[in-house]
Amino acid sequence: MTRDSYRLTTLLLPAGIFFAAFFLLPLAQLFHIGLTGKQGWGAYTAIVTDRNYFSSLVSTLGLAAATTAATLIISGIAGVFLQRNRFPGNGALVAMLTFPLAFPGVVIGFMVIMLAGRQGLIGDVSRWLTGDKIVFAYSMAGLFMGYVYFSIPRTILTVMAAAEKLDPKLEEAARSLGASTWRVVLDVIIPGLKPAFISAGAICFATAMGAFGTAFTLATRINVLPMVIYTEFTLEANIATAAALSFVLGAVTWVVLAVARTAAGSTVAAAG
Amino acid sequence: MTDSMKPLAITLTGCAKTFADGTKALEPLDLVIKSGETLVLLGPSGCGKTTTLRIIAGLEQPDAGGTVLFDGEDVTPLSIEKRNVGMVFQSYALFPNMSVAENIGYGLRLRKTPSAALRARVNEMLGMMRIEKLADRRIDQLSGGQRQRVALARALAVRPRALLLDEPLTALDAKLRDALRIEIDELLRRLGITAVYVTHDQAEAMALGDRIVVMEHGKVAQIGTPRDIYQRPATLFVADFIGTMNRVAGHVAGGAFVTSAGSIPWPEAPARATEAMFRPQDVSIADDGAAHLKGTITAAFFLGDRTRLAVDVGGDKPLILEAAARRDFSHGDPIGLRIDPHGLLSL
Ligand SMILES: Nc1ncnc2c1ncn2[C@@H]1O[C@H](COP(=O)(O)OP(=O)(O)OP(=O)(O)O)[C@@H](O)[C@H]1O
Ligand SMILES: [Mg+2]
Repeated sequence: MTRDSYRLTTLLLPAGIFFAAFFLLPLAQLFHIGLTGKQGWGAYTAIVTDRNYFSSLVSTLGLAAATTAATLIISGIAGVFLQRNRFPGNGALVAMLTFPLAFPGVVIGFMVIMLAGRQGLIGDVSRWLTGDKIVFAYSMAGLFMGYVYFSIPRTILTVMAAAEKLDPKLEEAARSLGASTWRVVLDVIIPGLKPAFISAGAICFATAMGAFGTAFTLATRINVLPMVIYTEFTLEANIATAAALSFVLGAVTWVVLAVARTAAGSTVAAAG
Repeated sequence: MTDSMKPLAITLTGCAKTFADGTKALEPLDLVIKSGETLVLLGPSGCGKTTTLRIIAGLEQPDAGGTVLFDGEDVTPLSIEKRNVGMVFQSYALFPNMSVAENIGYGLRLRKTPSAALRARVNEMLGMMRIEKLADRRIDQLSGGQRQRVALARALAVRPRALLLDEPLTALDAKLRDALRIEIDELLRRLGITAVYVTHDQAEAMALGDRIVVMEHGKVAQIGTPRDIYQRPATLFVADFIGTMNRVAGHVAGGAFVTSAGSIPWPEAPARATEAMFRPQDVSIADDGAAHLKGTITAAFFLGDRTRLAVDVGGDKPLILEAAARRDFSHGDPIGLRIDPHGLLSL
């Protein structure tokens, strides 16, 4: 046993060093920098005591949650549909889905502006239809649209891979017992896709919490945490606060995902 | 089916099936499944057993012109959720996100059964399948045999009009398969429910079926009781598929069937028979004087309680017979055989 654990330790050592050098050390350093300002621990408590910081934390969380929910609903439906129905152009469409994955946030922001900006398509159409020009690119709504757009393709691909593994016999069994299409979706398909939803949702949430490029392109005044960090860091040169806020952003995201995962896990256990 | 009602009778008329990719899985099929009987669909892989079952279930639509009648009522346009048939699959198809009890109660829950009645029925089913102790288990904590019991309980809990089983025992190991087969047999008889049972295992078919439908390439080769099919196979295919059938070529002359290896007395031989068929159990080993056929042993398999022999008598396939295990046989030994005339058949 000692021999085995010795060997295991040796084998894990490179990964351990890598983990320490590129994850633990920078994180500790970041945490430390957060404490170097003249307010000390205050940099960390400011996230709740400072009204601006706190409201941007809340709106960032809200944006990330809304993005995740919208993405999962749209991609869940589209992914299952694309996996189950073969139609001409199906393959090309799925291949095209990987397209936005390569775009930097700036490009996503640019596309949102082209769609919902002052010269955007939505504005033109709405003015033609109602006389009112609808513009929402430079706000939370624009950011939301950009993030959903960016997250959908990846999530659809995850859902499709999971949908392929669903056992069609389960659906047939449910139907034989009298389940309507809607019940089959609720009792068989969604539970079957749950692991995919959890992992894709986690990535989507984390991305929406931390994404910066799109927000930066749309408006510098948008009140999300990454923008606040950027402002503190570059404009105010308030490095300790920026570091503390960054650390908190990471920690909050981690906690939310951990809670979501346990909640999902325990419903699985409770149901099963 | 409520307990007092007569079990369902199912009639298929002209049910063919061509899949979207052009595969012709089923030629137009007519089939009458009597109220309360267990009908077994038997045949080699790909012969259309599952397709037939799925048409009965409503999971597959027959090609235009085919109809499915339940007690005389045309249910062809009804999808499976409206037909109230129980299904049991080879792969169990239990809901992994529900406990054993929740699986069994699922159909009742869909029917909005009051919770006390639901619980009572689930307990009754758990008792019937003797899995009371497993009620709160997760599905992944069950063995294959236990899973199939849960699947049976789940299908029967809603009192379906008929039970449709697609190779329910194929995924189990041999011992368990025998045990559960006996249990299913008892269950179907006790409930008196109409059942359609798909298998490619002829022993299972013989043991379970009131009648057997032997299928070949999307067509019915023969329908009959297990005894009919075993003793009077209608075609060579059926004869070969059900148990072991020996065949020797020859001609009829003077109340005997004459072959190159000797002649077999056969008073009732059809005059034009060119081939005589018989089962291994109708062959016995005899001394030279009493033997009908003479041949040489080409293989001997010791099976413990008996020895299975392959004997070459000049045909393209050796004859198969069984002998008491005590004797030693070796490859190349000459051997004399007697055939019981009652066991002789020709097509
Ligand atoms: N969805 C489908 N699309 C195209 N062809 C199919 C489909 N389902 C079955 N087939 C074909 O129809 C034929 C009959 O299939 P079926 O599943 O009824 O056979 P089976 O008798 O149940 O065989 P097995 O013992 O292997 O389960 C086969 O040739 C099969 O390949
Ligand atoms: Mg099959």
